[in-house]
Amino acid sequence: MTFLRHAVLRLIKALTVILSVVIANFFLIRLAPGDPAAIMAGEAGASDPEYVDRLREQFGLNEPLLTQLWLYLKGVVQFDWGYSYRMQVDVLHLIAERIPATLLLMGAAFIFSILLGILFGVLAASARHRPGRGWLDSVIVGISLLLYATPLFWLSLLAILLFSVQLGWLPAYGMETPGTDYAGLERAKDIALHLVLPTISLGSFYMAMYVRLARASVLEVIGMDYIKTARAKGVPWARVLRRHVLRNAMLPVITFSGIQLGQMAGGAVLTETVFGWPGIGRLMFDALLQRDYMLLLGVFLVTSTMVVVFNILTDIIYSFVDPRIGAGGQK
Amino acid sequence: MTQTDTILEISGLGVPLPSVGDRSHAITDVSLTLKRGEILCVVGESGSGKSISANTVMGLLPPGMSPDAGSVTFKGRSVLGLGEREMEALRGADISMIFQEPMSALNPTMKVGQQIMEVMEEHNRPADATARQKRMLELLGVVGLPDPESLQHVYPFRLSGGQRQRIVIAMALALEPSILIADEPTTALDVTTQAQILQLIRDIQASMGMAVLFITHDFGVVADIADRVAVMEKGRLVEMGTRDEVLDNPQHPYTRRLLAAVPHGRPRTDPVPKGAPILKVENLTKTYVTAGGFGRARRVVHAVQDVSFSLARGETLGIVGESGSGKSSIGKCLLKLQDIDGGRILFDGSDIAPLSPSAFRPMRRRIQMIFQDPFASLNPRHSIARILTEGPVAHGVPQSRAMDRARELMDLVQLDRSALERYPNEFSGGQRQRIGIARALALDPELIVADESVSALDVSVQAQVLELLDHIQRSTGVSMIFITHDLRVAAQICHNIGVMHQGRLVEYGPPAEILVNPSQEYTRRLIAAIPGRAQPH
Repeated sequence: MTFLRHAVLRLIKALTVILSVVIANFFLIRLAPGDPAAIMAGEAGASDPEYVDRLREQFGLNEPLLTQLWLYLKGVVQFDWGYSYRMQVDVLHLIAERIPATLLLMGAAFIFSILLGILFGVLAASARHRPGRGWLDSVIVGISLLLYATPLFWLSLLAILLFSVQLGWLPAYGMETPGTDYAGLERAKDIALHLVLPTISLGSFYMAMYVRLARASVLEVIGMDYIKTARAKGVPWARVLRRHVLRNAMLPVITFSGIQLGQMAGGAVLTETVFGWPGIGRLMFDALLQRDYMLLLGVFLVTSTMVVVFNILTDIIYSFVDPRIGAGGQK
Repeated sequence: MTQTDTILEISGLGVPLPSVGDRSHAITDVSLTLKRGEILCVVGESGSGKSISANTVMGLLPPGMSPDAGSVTFKGRSVLGLGEREMEALRGADISMIFQEPMSALNPTMKVGQQIMEVMEEHNRPADATARQKRMLELLGVVGLPDPESLQHVYPFRLSGGQRQRIVIAMALALEPSILIADEPTTALDVTTQAQILQLIRDIQASMGMAVLFITHDFGVVADIADRVAVMEKGRLVEMGTRDEVLDNPQHPYTRRLLAAVPHGRPRTDPVPKGAPILKVENLTKTYVTAGGFGRARRVVHAVQDVSFSLARGETLGIVGESGSGKSSIGKCLLKLQDIDGGRILFDGSDIAPLSPSAFRPMRRRIQMIFQDPFASLNPRHSIARILTEGPVAHGVPQSRAMDRARELMDLVQLDRSALERYPNEFSGGQRQRIGIARALALDPELIVADESVSALDVSVQAQVLELLDHIQRSTGVSMIFITHDLRVAAQICHNIGVMHQGRLVEYGPPAEILVNPSQEYTRRLIAAIPGRAQPH
């Protein structure tokens, strides 16, 4: 009963956040200099005032600002997110078309960074703990520091130079090889190959973060009394690590993973641009350059919803891992 | 004694310290024997090497430390040469261990039933899962925990310190080991819980007939539980004998010093100074409400209920109770570190309870606090001089006068004046507590609230700090409220004692009366729980 109440409260909070973001974005975009109607007219090559007025009327730009906001919000709820005059397509349709590519890239980068990050982090901490293996710790920490300090786009460009231009192993651009019509497994393999470089570029920074986080967290947990208790029970070290250390050490990692997923929606813009990945980040970049306001608003709405949803997911997972917090511990 | 009586033999054991410290070895030439079915107490202050000795037996020394001399023989088999896998087979099955800090000794993300079963699973005894389940429930009953059936599904954070220690003991007993090593298992518990846990260990030891290596710094506990006693100082064994030999006729000066440090509990008898009270507390009430969260119910705790007392100028009042009795809440209310929910606090005739923080600020100088944890209560980045002068300077005392005062205070708390230039990390716990006392005195307060100010210290250090507090109180005539869980300590330095139980002041009077002739059942229980009372010394 209380759980249901909490869930409803949480949902209301989430919707409030999204609504505030939409409203704030709506006004921020209007603050940008320039009249959208005039720009549209200019793009169309016609600049007579009558045409501009007609455009204004057509897009509702002559209404008072608050009425425009009201109309937009009403549209959002009814899944009418406006019309992209640049692309000549419905905004929602455009976003729906691009979102799978972004989710694929984000998912791949997330899994890549969190799995390898935890693996190397635990390896480093464990090596540090064992005499004679300290060098492994130093190597892992050194490499992660390097990744951590290197700018994302620089890494991407170098990776393209090495793996695509010099070695020719991996495609440098796009999501699929143009002019082919692979299907099924063939197509999946093609996409997977295209996915490798963007995933590494987008995920490396976060992987480095996870290495540092997991390492610090594991080292802290290893020093806890209950680890000694477990060893005094006769549990072998490998199992102590897996059963007692890992779960407790993962708590800060989970917290950060929520932040990462939120941040990655923004970070993907750069990666998608460099690698010509047909995702929502590219779409946002294009919309920004072309002052495609309705499209931009739509993209913002989607990314902010993603951030909110990821946060809720993190909290739910957290409550299952740590019994001291939340519903997972109620028995 | 025949050869087969000895179950564990430590001889000539030495363990070097990894880095250059004040001594090269954590323990040097330690020889001990543990016989079947006996309780051997290893006594010493922190840093005496008693825990290192125990951890060597378990093969659980911190990384980078290993013995460089001597041998450890368990049932005729040398333990030191064993590989990790063979040690794992021994640990938990033949030799098991319980630790000092029950709050952190259990994995917070694992249900307690599972944690108890883990030791049986690891050794595959009993081999059948339902038998293990049955044994776990049985163990929960053996260690005196109520309702094992539902308790097995509980996470440690829902249990009190005493309950957690029982879980740890259940875990250690699961496979009926021949040796139980107990490393200060009751030090972190309050007196009544300590008495219960000691009783439990004694009962189990008698019924299972195992040998217990019991590590402690408290001779009161030794008197309660030991068959034989070994005393360690600075990594060396200085005395060994039966309990009565060591307690009644200690040979080594260090043993005598430790024995003398045990709070004697002789009540203070000088009369309470006459005059108007400096502090009058009337019907003080404090209630905590924890907000309900993610599926958690709202909890209301009546920490302090309708408590009244008064304190004369120059009087020391002891407030005694278990953890959760509300004694610390009273201290926090007096310093206005938290708001009260009812009643009045009359300080020097005026009610401070309704004062706003800014209106109270000028009064802060007059009421000062000495905290429990000497390690957490001093800012590690401030020099001692700054710690001592910051308060007076903030209240308008010129820097040079504050420094003069700081030097005087160093003399008063018996620290060298050069200590002013140094930082807290360069001092031991006892020295830090002296600095904490000096800090409280720096503002020339009229009332000092000391909250468990000697509880975190080793007995010998505790005795010195107590003596210092007593000396300062008598010589400066400051009024003091001394909050503690230890009735003996309170009796020694307080004019009057108030006993707190579940938020209420259940008994009040001079210590001689309370100790000899308690009117309340609860006070009688507290007195009975004092360790070492069975022993005359």
